Amino acid sequence: MSDIDAILNAGGANRPPSSSAASNALVFGWRAMLKFKHVPEQMFDLVMTPIMFTLLFTFVFGGALAGSTSDYLQFFLPGILVQTVVFNSVYSGMGLSTDLSKGLFDRFRSLPIWALAPFAGLMVGDILRHLIAGLIILTIGLILGYRPEAGLPGVIGAFTMLIAIGFGMGWVFIVLGLLIRTPTTVMTVGFSFLFPLVFASNIMVEPVTMPGWLRAFVEVNPVSLMTTALRGFMGGGITATEIGLALIAPVTLTLLLAPLTLWIYLRRE
Amino acid sequence: MTNTASPTNDPGRSPATAISARGLVKHFGDVKAVDGIDLDVPRGTIFAILGPNGAGKTTFMRMLATLSRPDSGTATVMGHDLVAEPGAVRSAIAMTGQFASLDEDLTGRENMVLLARLWGFRGRQATRRANDLLAAFNLADAAHKQVKDYSGGMRRRLDIAASLIVTPGVLFLDEPTTGLDPKARQDVWRMIRRLAGAGVTILLTTQYLDEADQLAARIAVIDHGRKIAEGTSRELKAATGSGFLNVTLVDPAQADAAVALLADALASDPHRNVEGGQVSVLANSANAANAAVGKLLAAGIELTDYSMGQPSLDDVFFALTGHPAESTDTQEGERP
Repeated sequence: MSDIDAILNAGGANRPPSSSAASNALVFGWRAMLKFKHVPEQMFDLVMTPIMFTLLFTFVFGGALAGSTSDYLQFFLPGILVQTVVFNSVYSGMGLSTDLSKGLFDRFRSLPIWALAPFAGLMVGDILRHLIAGLIILTIGLILGYRPEAGLPGVIGAFTMLIAIGFGMGWVFIVLGLLIRTPTTVMTVGFSFLFPLVFASNIMVEPVTMPGWLRAFVEVNPVSLMTTALRGFMGGGITATEIGLALIAPVTLTLLLAPLTLWIYLRRE
Repeated sequence: MTNTASPTNDPGRSPATAISARGLVKHFGDVKAVDGIDLDVPRGTIFAILGPNGAGKTTFMRMLATLSRPDSGTATVMGHDLVAEPGAVRSAIAMTGQFASLDEDLTGRENMVLLARLWGFRGRQATRRANDLLAAFNLADAAHKQVKDYSGGMRRRLDIAASLIVTPGVLFLDEPTTGLDPKARQDVWRMIRRLAGAGVTILLTTQYLDEADQLAARIAVIDHGRKIAEGTSRELKAATGSGFLNVTLVDPAQADAAVALLADALASDPHRNVEGGQVSVLANSANAANAAVGKLLAAGIELTDYSMGQPSLDDVFFALTGHPAESTDTQEGERP
C-alpha cells in the first residue's frame, strides 16, 4: 500500500479531459459484451424456449395445422424469431433491476458522465443478444429444412426488423426494471402480459378459425403485424405498408418511453 | 458542545472548507429522514457521521453526493453548489456506497478499466491506471478474477480503489467497514488514514463508535435526522461527564440486579451494552465508585473486571439520546 501517495498524485495531476456522450455509451456497450464473455450460459436461457417451441410445434402440431411438418416450419419460423426477440427483451429489464438492487448505478450516477449512457449500453447488449439468438434459431430452422425464399437480402431485412422490434420492446422492460425492485418480479410481470400478446397473434396459426372478437384483436396485435412483416421479408413480397405497420409499436414505444426512462432515472432516489 | 465554524463569513466560499451544508432536509412521504442538518467539513480531514441505523446518515450523504435531491436547504461541495452545479460536484467527488458498487460478473481489472474509461482515460492509459490502482491496493494477483469470487475485504478495497481513478477532492464512504472481519477492518482504516494524509477530504458514516473514535478528527452525532452533537472525540466525551465506572459481569443474567444496585449507589442512570455483560455508570469520584463495586460484590454479583475511565462514545451516545447507539440490526433501515 506504499504506492497510494503516488497513485493519488498521478490521479490528481494527469486528470483526463472529460469524456463525450458517445464514448460513454461505447464503454457501456463494451460492458455488455464482457457480460457475454463471463456469463455465456445466459444464451442457453435465451434460446432453449424458442428451440423447444420450434420442435414441438413443427413435429407435434405442424402436420395437423398445415398438412405437413415442412409446410408448417416454413410458416412458423419467422414468427418464432419475433417471439424470441419479444420474450428476450424481458432479460434486459431483469439485468437492470439487478444492477439497481446492487448499488452499481449509484456509482454510475455519481460520475460526471452522460446520464443516459448506461441505458445505451443495455441496448447494445440487447441488440447483440437478439442477433445471436436469432441466428441460432435460424440455423436450427435451416437444419430442419426451412428455406427463406427471399434469400440473403430477405434474411438481412428480417434481422434489421428484429433489431427495431427488440429496441422498441427494450424500453418497456427498462422502465419496468427501473420501477420494480426485484428482478424476478420484473420477469413475472413481463411474461404475464407478453404471453397473451404472443399467443393471441398469428405466430402459431392464421386467425381464420378464431371467434370474431379474438380475430379482431389478433389482426391489430402489434406482434401479428411484426410477424407478417418478418414473413414478408423472409418469404418474399414484403410491402412498405407491412413494414410501416410493424414499426408502429417499436417507434411509439421508443418515443414515449425513452423520455420517461430518463425522467424516472433522474428522479430516482 | 456544538462547535460550528465561524458563523460570520460564509464557510462555503472559504477555500479551507470542503463541504458546507445548511439546513438540509429530505422527506420520504411523511418521514423526515434528514431534518435540517448543518455541517462544515474542513479540507483534508476525516469527518465521521455517527448514528444508529435509520438515523438518516446514508440519506444525508447521498444528498451531498448528488444522488438524492434535498427538499430544502443548501450545500456546497468543494465550492460548488449541490443543486445548481451537480456536474461540477460530481467531478470533484467519489462515493463508495454501503452496497458494493461493482459489477460482480466482471473481473476486478475490467471493473477498473470500465470506470477509468468513463472518467475519460483512453485505451492503454485506462489499463495502466487500472493496473496501478490494483497494485496499490494489493489486488494485482486477483485482478483477473470475477468480483463475485472476491472476499468481503477485497471487494471493499476494490470499491475504494474504484473511487480513486481520478483523485477526488471529497471521498464519501458509507459504512466502510460494515460486515468486515477485524483484519480487513484494520486494512480499510489504514487505507483511509493514508488517503486523508495525502490530502483527500473524507466524510464517512459509521454506526461503530470505535471507528469514529479511531479515525475522525471531528464527529457529528446524528439521530432521527437531526445533528444532536458535534465535536472532537475528546469534546464529546468531556461533555458527557467526568468519570465512568465500567463493570464486566461473570454472569450476564445478573445484569438487571447490577443495574438496580448501581443506580441506587451512584444516583445515576446506568447503561448496559447490547450483550448485557457490561454495565457503565457515571461516577463522580473514585470513592463513590469503589463503594458501589463493594455493594455489587456484597450482593453476590461477581465481576470479571471493573475500571474507572473516560466515557466511551457508547456512553456519549447514551447520554445524548437516552438509547444505545447499536440498538437495531436491520441493514435496510435507511433505504427508502
